[in-house]
Amino acid sequence: MSALVVDPAEHTCRKEAFFERLRAQLSEGARLVGYYGRPADDSGQVVITAVLSANGKLSVLRTGLSRPHSHRALSAELPAFQIFERELHEQYGLRLHEHPWLKPVRSDAPYPFYSLKGKEVHEVAVGPIHAGVIEPGHFRFMCLGEVVHHLEIQLGYQHRGVEALLLKKDPRALGPLVETIAGDTSVAHAWAYCEALEALAGVTTSFEAQVSRAIGLELERIAMHLASLAGMATDIAFLQGGTTYGRLRTTAINSSMLACGSRFGRGWVRPGGAWAKLESGQQATLRANLKLLKDDLAIINPHLLGARSVQHRLKGIGRVTREQAIELGIVGVAARASGIEVDARADLPGPVHLRYGIRGVIENSGDCWARAVVRIREIDESLRWLEEVLDAFPTCSPDAARVGALKPDTLAVAVCEGWRGEVVHCLETDAAGGLRHYKVQDPSLRNWFALALSLRENEISDFPICNKSFDLSYCGNDL
Amino acid sequence: MFSSLKVRISQGRQYIVDLRKASPAGFRGLPVIRATACEAGCTACLPVCPTGAIALDPVRIDLGRCTFCRECELACPVNKIGFTNGFKMASDTREGLVVREGAGEPSPVKVSQGLKQLFGRSLKLRSVSSGGCNGCELELNAASNVNFDMSRYGIDFVASPRHADAVVISGPLTKHMHEALERAWLGLPDPKFVISFGACAISGGLYADSPELDRGFLGRFTPSLYVPGCPPHPLTFIVGLMDLLGIQG
Repeated sequence: MSALVVDPAEHTCRKEAFFERLRAQLSEGARLVGYYGRPADDSGQVVITAVLSANGKLSVLRTGLSRPHSHRALSAELPAFQIFERELHEQYGLRLHEHPWLKPVRSDAPYPFYSLKGKEVHEVAVGPIHAGVIEPGHFRFMCLGEVVHHLEIQLGYQHRGVEALLLKKDPRALGPLVETIAGDTSVAHAWAYCEALEALAGVTTSFEAQVSRAIGLELERIAMHLASLAGMATDIAFLQGGTTYGRLRTTAINSSMLACGSRFGRGWVRPGGAWAKLESGQQATLRANLKLLKDDLAIINPHLLGARSVQHRLKGIGRVTREQAIELGIVGVAARASGIEVDARADLPGPVHLRYGIRGVIENSGDCWARAVVRIREIDESLRWLEEVLDAFPTCSPDAARVGALKPDTLAVAVCEGWRGEVVHCLETDAAGGLRHYKVQDPSLRNWFALALSLRENEISDFPICNKSFDLSYCGNDL
Repeated sequence: MFSSLKVRISQGRQYIVDLRKASPAGFRGLPVIRATACEAGCTACLPVCPTGAIALDPVRIDLGRCTFCRECELACPVNKIGFTNGFKMASDTREGLVVREGAGEPSPVKVSQGLKQLFGRSLKLRSVSSGGCNGCELELNAASNVNFDMSRYGIDFVASPRHADAVVISGPLTKHMHEALERAWLGLPDPKFVISFGACAISGGLYADSPELDRGFLGRFTPSLYVPGCPPHPLTFIVGLMDLLGIQG
């Protein structure tokens, strides 16, 4: 967890210099974290912000473009920009030459699907409503026989207008709404929101409050990694995996409920601190739960990974190479399964992760197997980390600091490593200290295209396992 | 073989024997409105409620809007509002979701003789998420897991609307899902009914003011069961359904 707070005027330059500096920093090894627009005071303009990460530090670059602006899409040479430029095109009408695919991100404006021509080709359309109890999205498979040549993903069905609603209320009272941006990663979104808000208000939260948040974040990670593993096991009909990981998830989310009243960590993190209570009684139950997880995972994990059927169904399936992952700028579990060391807890640590470090987990094969193994190893590491931190904090029930007025004309960017990957919140105030703009970025936004790539040259019957191995958020993308 | 047995032994017996008697530790559920008098002219709980779920004189909380966020409890200077771990909150009417001072547990869901006769021994559900944040969807999935084991009462989620008797709606009903929801509903054979799952589906919840919604479907089809929560606890859902269908357990 890390936050950057800046006067955006000091980082604003003319468009030529902006693009030049952006390219230069990226070629020197900076990583693109975000790239978004906001309306300018002059309605003929749009303000573009790039968020970069290099050497453990966040930085921003900004410029203003006149509308409708035309320029050559950065995506033409830097594919990591593809989804950001699609969003800019959709929201601000930027004309981006040579962008390979300006498909709408959320709007339902018609846009032609790719089509495949030939004697033995066919297309399969699935969704928006799917067979299980799951969020909606549309998948269009272009197949040669059973083999998928390309998967086109069309989202936007979940669009609820989150970013507009975030500007309608007191910026200090957005906790409940922020927790439903992607409701299975509530703690990560709430922490990113609070960190950015507190940076704008000049409030420093207590170390104990930061510890409490970090505990909630790891419990959420364990629970959702278990949910993903249960789903993957079920998808390949490895039923003992499905039932065992499923009930262990119950243990994990009931631990969150014990501390904050909600199985989804709702109300754990609030501006100024944390509402969760971990007194000695709750800690005793929490520790017993964590021990049960550790003991029983030591039985189910080798059973799953040792099964020939599981190896056969996961190894080599849905592969995303390291090169593809870097080019696309994918993040989180999916990136780490393709050999990329990107984890905000290690790269952009806040005070808690500086003192109590998290060991990063990397796998290199980039397939469904690697994404399962990354989750299994990350759960182990989270359990180890929790034990260390709970030893140091036998009680952890911090008081919340008061969050007062926000600094005017200031931009705060916070990055929090949720269980899927980095959650980015960018809050900007106006001259009166009110919220001028709120940009939310769920890791799913960048990773959906990796799912499409992973399906290429795989059998269509491998789609469910590939989809579950990424386990991306529809509403986090659609906002 | 050996490791499979070890897994089976570690699994033990997981199901909750009597769901109605469960007591989820720490769960922030059914609110209580205590008899303590409000301070004169105090409205502290109104502006902090993110969904406008509270009304005054006398104090009432609409569970159809409540996100159980605790803001009202913390804002109240006289400790009038609190939350218990009660999960029996489902209702067969919209009005039945309003909690009043000193009322205790809300009246239980009334058995529908018609639904009991049709679906009391077998109920197949089709879930439609329409803007749900995956909180509701995960809890609906959890209803079928080894802990809650809803299937033991003949209640299951099915893939095709053609096989379903009821549609369970989660999320605030987005414009972009309007057509898909209508078509799924048309695919259900008669007789059929609607269940609203979660604050978003019941009232729009945190998204009630969004222009990106189209809640017309719920204007035309009145739900037979309302399941409050953000997201609802699986127990609230299953026990509500058991009550509605007259399932003893």
